Amino acid sequence: MGRITLEKVQKKFGETEVIPPLDLTIEDGEFVVFVGPSGCGKSTLLRLIAGLEDVSGGDIKIDGTPATDLPPAKRRLAMVFQSYALYPHMTVRKNIAFPLKMAGMDEAEKTRRVERAAEVLNLTNFLDRRPGQLSGGQRQRVAIGRAIVREPAAFLFDEPLSNLDAALRVGMRLEISELHERLKTTMIYVTHDQVEAMTMADKIVVLRAGHIEQVGSPLDLYRTPRNRFVAEFIGSPKMNVIDGEEAAHRDAHAIGIRPEHIDVGEGQWEGRVGVSEHLGSDTLFHVHDTGLADVITVRAPGEVNYKSGDAIRLSPQTDKIHRFDDKGLRIA
Amino acid sequence: MATQHSRAAARFMIAPSVVLLLAWMLIPLGMTIWFSLLRYNLLMPGENPFVGFENYSYFLSDPAFQTAVINTLLLVGGVLLITVCGGIGLAVLLDQPMWGTGIVRIMVISPFFVMPTVSALVWKNMFMNPVNGLFAYVADVLGLPAYDFLTAAPLASIIGIVSWQWLPFATLILLTAMQSLDSEQLEAAEMDGASSWSRFYYIKLPHLARAITVVILIQTIFLLSIFAEIYVTTAGGPGNASINLTYLVFQESLQRYDVGTASAGGVVAIILANIVAIFLMRMIGKNLDA
Amino acid sequence: MARAVSNSVKARNTAIAWIIAILIFFPILWTILTSFKTEGTAIADPPVFLFFDWTLENYATVQDRSDYFGHFMNSVIISVGSTVIGLAIAIPAAWAMAFVPGRQTKNVLMWMLSTKMLPPVGVLVPIYLIFRDWGLLDTRIGLVIVLTLINLPIIVWMLYTYFREIPTDILEAARMDGATLRSEVVHVLLPMAVPGIASTLLLNIILAWNEAFWTLNLVAANAAPLTAFIASYSSPEGLFYAKLSAASTMAIAPILIMGWFSQKQLVRGLTFGAVK
Repeated sequence: MGRITLEKVQKKFGETEVIPPLDLTIEDGEFVVFVGPSGCGKSTLLRLIAGLEDVSGGDIKIDGTPATDLPPAKRRLAMVFQSYALYPHMTVRKNIAFPLKMAGMDEAEKTRRVERAAEVLNLTNFLDRRPGQLSGGQRQRVAIGRAIVREPAAFLFDEPLSNLDAALRVGMRLEISELHERLKTTMIYVTHDQVEAMTMADKIVVLRAGHIEQVGSPLDLYRTPRNRFVAEFIGSPKMNVIDGEEAAHRDAHAIGIRPEHIDVGEGQWEGRVGVSEHLGSDTLFHVHDTGLADVITVRAPGEVNYKSGDAIRLSPQTDKIHRFDDKGLRIA
Repeated sequence: MATQHSRAAARFMIAPSVVLLLAWMLIPLGMTIWFSLLRYNLLMPGENPFVGFENYSYFLSDPAFQTAVINTLLLVGGVLLITVCGGIGLAVLLDQPMWGTGIVRIMVISPFFVMPTVSALVWKNMFMNPVNGLFAYVADVLGLPAYDFLTAAPLASIIGIVSWQWLPFATLILLTAMQSLDSEQLEAAEMDGASSWSRFYYIKLPHLARAITVVILIQTIFLLSIFAEIYVTTAGGPGNASINLTYLVFQESLQRYDVGTASAGGVVAIILANIVAIFLMRMIGKNLDA
Repeated sequence: MARAVSNSVKARNTAIAWIIAILIFFPILWTILTSFKTEGTAIADPPVFLFFDWTLENYATVQDRSDYFGHFMNSVIISVGSTVIGLAIAIPAAWAMAFVPGRQTKNVLMWMLSTKMLPPVGVLVPIYLIFRDWGLLDTRIGLVIVLTLINLPIIVWMLYTYFREIPTDILEAARMDGATLRSEVVHVLLPMAVPGIASTLLLNIILAWNEAFWTLNLVAANAAPLTAFIASYSSPEGLFYAKLSAASTMAIAPILIMGWFSQKQLVRGLTFGAVK
């Protein structure tokens, strides 16, 4: 079980309030991603749940029992750190066994669990090495192994993939998702990378300056962002935002249209192609001189071909246009 | 994650160090200042009347004081000049590719580990002695008259001995700093067409600036208090030719037993050292923030 | 910088470096060689370098005439004693400052450093008088106290710079893994701190071993460590180079070897972490 509830949880460092009172419920078995730009308080929020920081106000409950005053060790949570935080002087086996040793588990059970975890994570051949002798991806697995042997109520991940190179990151992303499929344990995952958030989460929590901007499934956030911030943060490449006449014309302060929702070839918008980025399946065109915004990004099928300087005509898919009011909130 | 509890524990853990150092600093310091205002000689028991600044005027007007201050400055300045220049040269040299770097390093660093009394004695007897010293032999081979280093040029000789002891320190620190220089920077400079001299002057030297400052400041602290080398070689002589401030205060106190004057001298030494210390502390303090 | 350097350049560097290094090392080498000569050979003209009758008699004589071993033990007791006591006091302090830094931590550290700037001669008189009145003159315990105090700031600083390099992440991981404060210290922190503590120990033994202001001023005969003992050879009389060399060699050998092992730590320790 791993249902985590935050009630009016608040954090101040001295006089600065990094997290204003905030409510959030994480259901048992959910994969929740906290996402936001750096400094938005997502890591702090995770550390509050972990118990590594004291809350300045409010309550944290784990499976209905108050956990606010419990030390980290008593919360039945396991954490995977950005730096992996492996114990450099212990072998992989000892690293993974450490939480079990702390729990005073007997040798046989300890060995069984460590070996099982090693098998799941493809670490069996590395059990007697030290962290210093492992690659980044292997270290990451050891950190995960150390977390899973405890069979915790929930896993906490603090930007676990940011120290890996791009290819490994994609692989580990998949492994973590598969792990969640298999274990069905609650996972809370912090990242600044919206692609990780979109691909892994059951539920995404978008944070900005300690505030929750929106909570929802990846597709909810993509289709109906509550405000401009979420609209621009979720989705890659970024949503085009256009204000002025074109927006007023549609009874909005600003309108947003995603690059993939603009058709190329004909239409009422006209501009000149600048840089094109060929991704193979798709091509991204950066279009200038449209009179709408400095640059409009368009995603077109890979075979569409324009050279730099070519004139181009664009037409937005009208039903995919997002409208925002002067406060940046979505107009239904 | 610092909770109230851990803060209290932290204070408790720091307390012994702080209390001990506070006692070590304040009690003797207070006593020195107090004694410096008394007429107090261990050879003349009885009253120790309060005499205000009499000891200071006596100490400061003693011709030996002027000599001592000048010698202290010459000693510090001379050793600094030799060790910093030599240290930069050696650091550049040892940073080059060569065979046997490890052994060369060990040989260069060794003098630093020789206790001051030993190095002073070895230099005094086995090298600088005008009859049996190696230098006398070398002079003889070259057809020069033997030179009595410690009598004819006592201060310069001491500067030489002390420089030998401290050159390794400067070298080691500058070499460490040199090796922390990102090699890509040098490669970039090379691509930009910088000659090896320009690379030294525009890239390595500025990179060393900070380490050089640290060497100068730390050595100054130690060099101001040079004692054993003088004690063993010349005992400040001939006359007062090689006396420094530390040695002068030592003479007043443990040889003439004049507590009052020695204390006044001690206070003067503290004031001089503090002027240097302020600069050093700023440097290191900045590093704490980095 | 994986780049081939021509062998001729390398040979030139090697030659220059070796010549300079040997010149710098020569006084030590000469002392060691002389310690194996007879007094006659030691002052032979021309000097003999390697080809003489090697003898150990100087070492025996030094021991017989002056209880060299006693002074050696004084050095050991004083340097090791003051270092171990210093560590015992400093480890908790450095630990607390590194892991529970408060607003005053930096000031406390800087203040500790400032005590090191106090020239010893400034407090010579009161320390001498206190020692005289308390019967600490010429005792090993007296020197242990003084050397502990003068090296305490360096010990705290060195440990602090080492402790600060232990990532707090790892300590938090241990906490998440259910470690109590005690097991956090025993299983995680200490093993990671041991190398730093060992380096600190080594460097401070070296510093204490070679300390020559307080040892010369506060001891006479009984408690004299090697620094003070060697100084007694400074009387200008006679043919004693070989014995002087033997005594010197024994005095510097252990510390020279320790020093070679602690080169890297030396830089950090003596610059208070300003150069690493």
